[in-house]
Amino acid sequence: MRFEQREAPYWAPQTDVASLMLHVLAALVPAALAHVWYFGPGFIFNLLVAGIFAVAGEAFMLWARGRRPEVAIADYSALVTAALLAFALPSLTPWWVTATGALFGVVVAKHLYGGLGFNIFNPAMAGYVVILVAFPTHLNLWVAPRMGDIDYQHLTIVQTLAFTLTGNLPEVLGFDAISRATPLDVMKTGLNNMATVIEIRANPIMGTFGGRGWEWIGNFVAIGGFWLLIKKVIRWQIPVGVGIGLLAPAMVMYLVDPSTNPGPGFHLFAGHAILCAFFIATDPVSAATSTKGRLIYGVGIGFLIYSIRTWGSYADGVAFAVLIMNMAVPAIDYLTRPHIVGHREESDADG
Amino acid sequence: MTAPTYDLGKLHGGLRLDAHKKESTVSPIVQVPLPSQLILPIEQHVGEPAQPSVDIGDRVLKGQLIAEPDGELGAPVHASSSGTVIAIERWPVARRFGDKAPCIVIQCDGEDEAFPGWHHGDYRELLPADLLLRILDGGIVGLGGAVFPTAQKLMQARTLEVEYLILNGVECEPYISCDDVLMRENARDIVSGAQVLMHALQVDVCFLVVESDKPEAIQRLGEALAEADDPRIVLKQVPTIYPSGGEDQLVQLVANREVPSGGLPTDVGCIVQNVGTAAAVHNWIVNDEPLISRVTTVTGDGVNSPVNVRARIGTTVEDVVRCAGGYKGDPRYLIIGGPMTGKSVTTDEVPIVKASNCILVMSDLPSAGRELPCIRCGDCAAVCPVQLLPQQLVWYASADNEQKLREFGLTDCIECGCCDLVCPSHIPLTANFRIAKGRIRELADEKARAERARQRFEARNQRIQHEQRERDAELARQKASARAAGPDAIAEILARKREQQRKDQSE
Repeated sequence: MRFEQREAPYWAPQTDVASLMLHVLAALVPAALAHVWYFGPGFIFNLLVAGIFAVAGEAFMLWARGRRPEVAIADYSALVTAALLAFALPSLTPWWVTATGALFGVVVAKHLYGGLGFNIFNPAMAGYVVILVAFPTHLNLWVAPRMGDIDYQHLTIVQTLAFTLTGNLPEVLGFDAISRATPLDVMKTGLNNMATVIEIRANPIMGTFGGRGWEWIGNFVAIGGFWLLIKKVIRWQIPVGVGIGLLAPAMVMYLVDPSTNPGPGFHLFAGHAILCAFFIATDPVSAATSTKGRLIYGVGIGFLIYSIRTWGSYADGVAFAVLIMNMAVPAIDYLTRPHIVGHREESDADG
Repeated sequence: MTAPTYDLGKLHGGLRLDAHKKESTVSPIVQVPLPSQLILPIEQHVGEPAQPSVDIGDRVLKGQLIAEPDGELGAPVHASSSGTVIAIERWPVARRFGDKAPCIVIQCDGEDEAFPGWHHGDYRELLPADLLLRILDGGIVGLGGAVFPTAQKLMQARTLEVEYLILNGVECEPYISCDDVLMRENARDIVSGAQVLMHALQVDVCFLVVESDKPEAIQRLGEALAEADDPRIVLKQVPTIYPSGGEDQLVQLVANREVPSGGLPTDVGCIVQNVGTAAAVHNWIVNDEPLISRVTTVTGDGVNSPVNVRARIGTTVEDVVRCAGGYKGDPRYLIIGGPMTGKSVTTDEVPIVKASNCILVMSDLPSAGRELPCIRCGDCAAVCPVQLLPQQLVWYASADNEQKLREFGLTDCIECGCCDLVCPSHIPLTANFRIAKGRIRELADEKARAERARQRFEARNQRIQHEQRERDAELARQKASARAAGPDAIAEILARKREQQRKDQSE
């Protein structure tokens, strides 16, 4: 009898890229719902704009590079980039700002470096930083978090959509009436004005420990993150590393002088630290790959977030921290190569 | 005195895979009927092929030597039944490189008449060195699949002060269950084989290692050990993780020692033998039967009733599959060995050889899916039992960067296939590494050839220079003697030369 021939192993692969990406997208759903609950429907429009442009940009680049677009789009990686970008954006963001970020991330940061697997920088963060630098005034229109006891005006769905499409608010509303500084901004401004942490925290927007809305979104992000850990889509080293890198200096500084240094809880829940730990820094392509290297990479990001928030001029430092550590990845990977079983230690050190 | 304690080491990575062993272990071992023909490859071990010692037309008996070992790592081949040698020719075989190999074909006469020449007596009265030579004559090779000649492995161990004999009952690859059923049914033979090996090696500690998912084998071995009452043999259970049964992995797991890169377990005081090999040693030394049959698992969804069989070496897969109820439907793949490391072959005319631990017949195989670029998830590195970085290796392999491939340990890859399974981008990593290893070997050969050519070239240059120097010296000597003879003599010589030239011109 005759048979066909194949190469070993003859065993089904346990996973695929599309499934990993879908897991990431699914894990973001609770956080997305919380985001919409607290900051209104703008997030959905941002997500739609980012998604459409990211996928279109990816399709165009694949076509231009002579690849088959439908294959690579089916890996959902462009959608993950779009989702992470949408989380970074304020709920009121004009579509062209979002589109610029999405296109820069996918076209320049990803495909001009060779596409999925070859990009040095995290596409979502590269796109975010570009629009942060290019359109700084468009990236601070955070609407007030939805809360019973603070009487802010809220935009309707239609008004939000209109803003997303035109960049204009209804005539009766000014930016001041609807937007509020983020807790990180409030903290930074307050500390710059020589206020103490306790005085700053008296502002109702600061919430219980990390800012109204933010602290709960953070919790939902963490739920998704733990689910990814359980599903082994991500491994613990990077989240733990980011946590250590951010919380250890925050703790030390808080203990040294609690009046000028907000505590670790604030640093963790205000801003995008948790999202970064579980979803942004864990992008495998732009992260370190060895076990030890990932811990170092995570700690580096955490520490840079703390440094930028504390001593830099930006309120949050997630995007810069990630991009800076992206640059350090080749060196980290080279210096943290695992010991090959059966090799003597000195042969690991040389070369 | 306290009992010695032994650390159980830890293996990096590995995978828990669906075992698929129950199908083939429900019934006892079935003896494959005597086939009409036996196909016996002369190369069933890692060393040089054996040299046929029979001619076409010769009558041979069961257990008779038909090919003698050649070279340092040779192993003899014996007839698995009585009959007539009808051909010595190339025949399809299952092996890594090439599809055909020289085989001795025996037409069986159905008598199954045993060769009367083997009588060993009590091995305990033999010197270890003599026992080793005797084991060599039995044609015994490692039955776990590596087919390293057992006697040579033992001899190597003898010269290196080995402490532990490790008997490998860790049959970690899915579907394969031949060692499991052998341990269940022939536990005593294995224990006896262990004692023979210990006498040959003069070691006092033997670990009999079995995975914890084989309770019946453990029970039978425990009973056999109690019966033998030999405290030197210690039964050890290890967790069921693929590929703990790899030789170096087992040493790491059981003795907590790392086999050095490019080295052997004997370098760290261990020698590993498969339980099937131990049983084969018992069969040869105690029962006077050389290695002419083995237990093989016949399984997969392409056979009607998966089962373990004892087949004579040289029985074709076709004949063996008949024992498992024949093919089910129209299977597409025939794999000799397991689903992780086996060899896919195109025909069932291939014979069972000493290495054949499994015949896996599959109606279909999972499609590997489309290959995407590496996303550097690092899952491959997380499961690699040798702690390599497959994601880096595959990169260097595609760039043909020999230096980096060596630096990142390509040659340490055991080709277990774990990285392939976890790769979300479905990159055929192991296949790439096999090719890259071949390429490295080629480059090394090329370098060796270039080096030889360089040496020859330099030797030639030296020779030419040497000759030139000698000629110069001779000339100088002649000149000197002419000068010593004085001006008249020089004039006379010059005149003679001119005369000679004139003559030459006129001619």
